[in-house]
Amino acid sequence: MTFSRDYWHGFRDGTPFILLIVPFGAVFGIVATEAGLNIAQTMGFSVLVIAGAAQFVALQMMLENAPVLIVLAASLAVNLRMAMYSASLAPHLGPISWWRRSIVAYFMIDQSYAASILKYEQTPDMSHAQKFAYYMGVATPICPAWYVATWAGATLGTAVPAGLPIDFVVPITFLALIVPMLRTLAHVVAALVSIVGVLVFSFLPFNLGLLVAAVLAMMAGAEVERRMSRARAPS
Amino acid sequence: MSFTTTQIWTVIVGLGLGSYLLRLSFLGIIGNRDLPEWLLRHLRYTAVAIMPGMITPLILFPQAAGGTLDPVRMIAALATIAISFWTKSAVLTIFGGAAVLFALHFGMG
Repeated sequence: MTFSRDYWHGFRDGTPFILLIVPFGAVFGIVATEAGLNIAQTMGFSVLVIAGAAQFVALQMMLENAPVLIVLAASLAVNLRMAMYSASLAPHLGPISWWRRSIVAYFMIDQSYAASILKYEQTPDMSHAQKFAYYMGVATPICPAWYVATWAGATLGTAVPAGLPIDFVVPITFLALIVPMLRTLAHVVAALVSIVGVLVFSFLPFNLGLLVAAVLAMMAGAEVERRMSRARAPS
Repeated sequence: MSFTTTQIWTVIVGLGLGSYLLRLSFLGIIGNRDLPEWLLRHLRYTAVAIMPGMITPLILFPQAAGGTLDPVRMIAALATIAISFWTKSAVLTIFGGAAVLFALHFGMG
């Protein structure tokens, strides 16, 4: 019973992200077929890769006729952050069975990761099984919507009306995840270092500036936490 | 695009497999082993360390607006942050932020 309650909580929290997933899945489907990919190849991207930003980077570089290895290196660099998500989820989901972890890995996208980690921090007394149920609940409305939207874009090809600021749905949905995470001074400092860092290191190729900024921001957050806890409980 | 069918599928399968291994990496290796406290302390900040940096260029230099600061998008971002602070609800924030964005777009356009 507990299992299904946590699953449905996750399902409810994941549902609003359909607003983001549907237009971008559709745009990917349209752009990919216009680039010359057939339906199977377009769906192959969305089902096997299931990571919008990396898919768009790969497609863009294929259009520029970059060598296969360069296309792979550049698009995988965009997904390097997934390894950081994986490490961040490990203390919460590491103890569940191997096959469950292999399913978690497949459904790991920005939204399922961020919504879950926010929930785990807000309710630390969840069991590992409850955490898994919540995670799968978040992924349930989002990931199938990504496949269907891609397929609809690829087959119907009905373009989003030009001029609409649809691109900005991305930062809006991310802000909805980030703001509630800013619970302590350490979280705020980490976020500020991330923002400044990404601007300072924007000259690095392949989106690597984001990873440098992220590592610095994690170190800043951890250091502030260490100092705050030391100030609170001097030993 | 001058990619052959084989090359296209190499990219799709390579990117899919590579992404999956990145996602599985630490989750698969660490399992239920205990991590040192200093590492856990860093991992607690993973989300706030990556996501603000991911969206900063999208907010400040939106490609769809020519890569320069755009008042409609800027105000919509600030409104979204305010809505999130007040409502503490992701649903209200997403729909509220999108409503402000499109209202400003049609109002100021």
